[in-house]
Amino acid sequence: MMMDETIGTAPARSSRRRTRREGSVLPVLAVVLALIVIWYGGAVWLNAASVLDRYERAGRQGWSTSELLADTMSMERPVLPAPHQVLSELQRTVVDVPVTSRRSLVYHGWVTVSSALLGFVFGTLLGIVLAVGIVHIRTLERSLMPWIIASQTIPILAIAPMIIVVLGSLGFVGLVPKAIISAYLCFFPVTIGMVKGLSSPDPMHLDLVRTYNATTAQIFWKLRWPSSLAFLFASLKVAVALAMVGAIVGELPTGAQAGLGARLLSGSYYGQTVQIWAALIVAAVLAGLCVGAVGLAERVTLYRMGGRA
Amino acid sequence: MTRRHDAVLIAAIVAAFALVSLGGEAFDAIGLASWFLMIVLVSMSILHPLAATYAAVVALAAAASGAVALALVLRSGAHGAIGLSLGAFATSCVMWRALERLSSLSRTGGWLVLAVPLFFGVWLIYLWELVTVGFAIPSVLLPPPSQIAGVLASSLGVLGEDFVQTFIRSMIPGYVIGCGAGFLVGVLVDRVPFLQRGLLPVGNLVSALPIVGIAPIMVMWFGFDWPSKAAVVVIMTFFPMLVNTIAGLAALGRIERDLMRTYAASYRQTLLSARLPAALPFIFNALKLNSTLALIGAIVAEFFGTPIVGMGFRISASVGRMDIPLVWATITVAAVAGSAAYGAVALVERSLTFWHPSFRKAS
Repeated sequence: MMMDETIGTAPARSSRRRTRREGSVLPVLAVVLALIVIWYGGAVWLNAASVLDRYERAGRQGWSTSELLADTMSMERPVLPAPHQVLSELQRTVVDVPVTSRRSLVYHGWVTVSSALLGFVFGTLLGIVLAVGIVHIRTLERSLMPWIIASQTIPILAIAPMIIVVLGSLGFVGLVPKAIISAYLCFFPVTIGMVKGLSSPDPMHLDLVRTYNATTAQIFWKLRWPSSLAFLFASLKVAVALAMVGAIVGELPTGAQAGLGARLLSGSYYGQTVQIWAALIVAAVLAGLCVGAVGLAERVTLYRMGGRA
Repeated sequence: MTRRHDAVLIAAIVAAFALVSLGGEAFDAIGLASWFLMIVLVSMSILHPLAATYAAVVALAAAASGAVALALVLRSGAHGAIGLSLGAFATSCVMWRALERLSSLSRTGGWLVLAVPLFFGVWLIYLWELVTVGFAIPSVLLPPPSQIAGVLASSLGVLGEDFVQTFIRSMIPGYVIGCGAGFLVGVLVDRVPFLQRGLLPVGNLVSALPIVGIAPIMVMWFGFDWPSKAAVVVIMTFFPMLVNTIAGLAALGRIERDLMRTYAASYRQTLLSARLPAALPFIFNALKLNSTLALIGAIVAEFFGTPIVGMGFRISASVGRMDIPLVWATITVAAVAGSAAYGAVALVERSLTFWHPSFRKAS
């Protein structure tokens, strides 16, 4: 699978990226600026038709371009809301409302993030246990590994709502069902990365500790585990992003009352495009924060271990 | 043969005798005979170690006869939690032994490399059947594989229509457009270092975002039918392809670049004969990842509004009616289609990037 190789090469690549990032602030700003301009252009272009339609129905004859521009950016239910509309919606639902309110996106975001993080922990533990088994037991490697790869071609995300409904009918509600979906998505990159990481020690080093008469447990803790950490963190970054996706999709069934996924669904039912976009932005920011937090943990850990940081 | 391996077999024999003593009346003549056949075969392989090939065959035969015996016990309608667990444990131990023998054989390569995961998969499905039927798990929670297969066979027409709607109409156009656009933009961006430095971090960020969330917006823009699903697939597949193309085009080594320069190769020649081939492993990584992403996107987009056909519609409608076996049948179709798409891309990759270290024999 793709992550297979991405994770395998990630430690080397991330250091390359760090050297490149120094010179990339300006280009990134330019790209983001261009995206915002394109967004405004798209908002005008996509909303113009319905604004013109409204003018015609109101029987208005003349309209100036500036009027049209202003109207396309201040519609109640635009086809594509302008960035400042989304921003003011964010201001209204994040800053103005107390965080405990059901109208606050902070509240919904917390619901999503907490189940994503719970699933992330489950999935990471499962992934590490599987990888340890696969590295140490040859039969498991031969028999289980192909099925772990095949398990990812099952569109689990597509049956996430079913899992929620079925577990709900058994009395499991709240965080756990969503966390299970996140965990299923998470374990795969962790397993693949850790199998690679745990078998990454140089054969010379393995031979050396064997001449010291090290037990399997000692080889694991002194050699395999430390040398797999760079791979682990690369996988964790992929996994935490997947956990967010799993939690959001897990909230899609109508039963879910809270969470960013529920906001998306209710927004799509009532045609509240601004609400959808605001929820999407919050989801994106939260996913970025989670990945950033894992990246920070990676730097601290590798620094503590005396590695490059 | 080490002592640890014998311990597995001895545990199997103990469990096997325990089952006979617990639920002896549940066995009919054939069941009892094949159960004892398993015990005899296992004892034989402990007392008289065989060469690896024969040992694998004997262990497989023992596991098979144990499986037949347990299936007969189930058919006679006897459920006993302890007896069934003991039986499943005994046969699993024997099967594990068979897999161990097989995987030590498969070091030599050949078809055995496929046989080990195949037997393992068959065993998992058998255990699934055994547990769901034996412990009378309600089919709302987890239907047994036999029931799923029955539903699959009886509703082939409906599932076929869903497959055409979701896979052929929504996913394939979206996949082709998304991957094609990602690739072309990647090649164009590669010519402008400024854009490259700006787009790569943004692209990396976007590929980590929960993009399925745009599904409701696409449904609003493009309507309920397949174009909205294809649009979701386009957006989901675009960024992984873009990021991988840019990374792949940068993958060619300095020496090779210098070599092309000494040949006085033009940009076009360098691109076509050196940089694109070097980028192929990255591009195929994106193609493989996208083949599963695309199917997920197409199915999830159908949750937000759809005509009354399609896999996503079938799943959500059947969940609403608590017709869980049909859901599992749809999942089976999706899993087989997804694996086939992934396998097809992997095969093309193998034939185009045969030179890559990951495909060369380690020896």
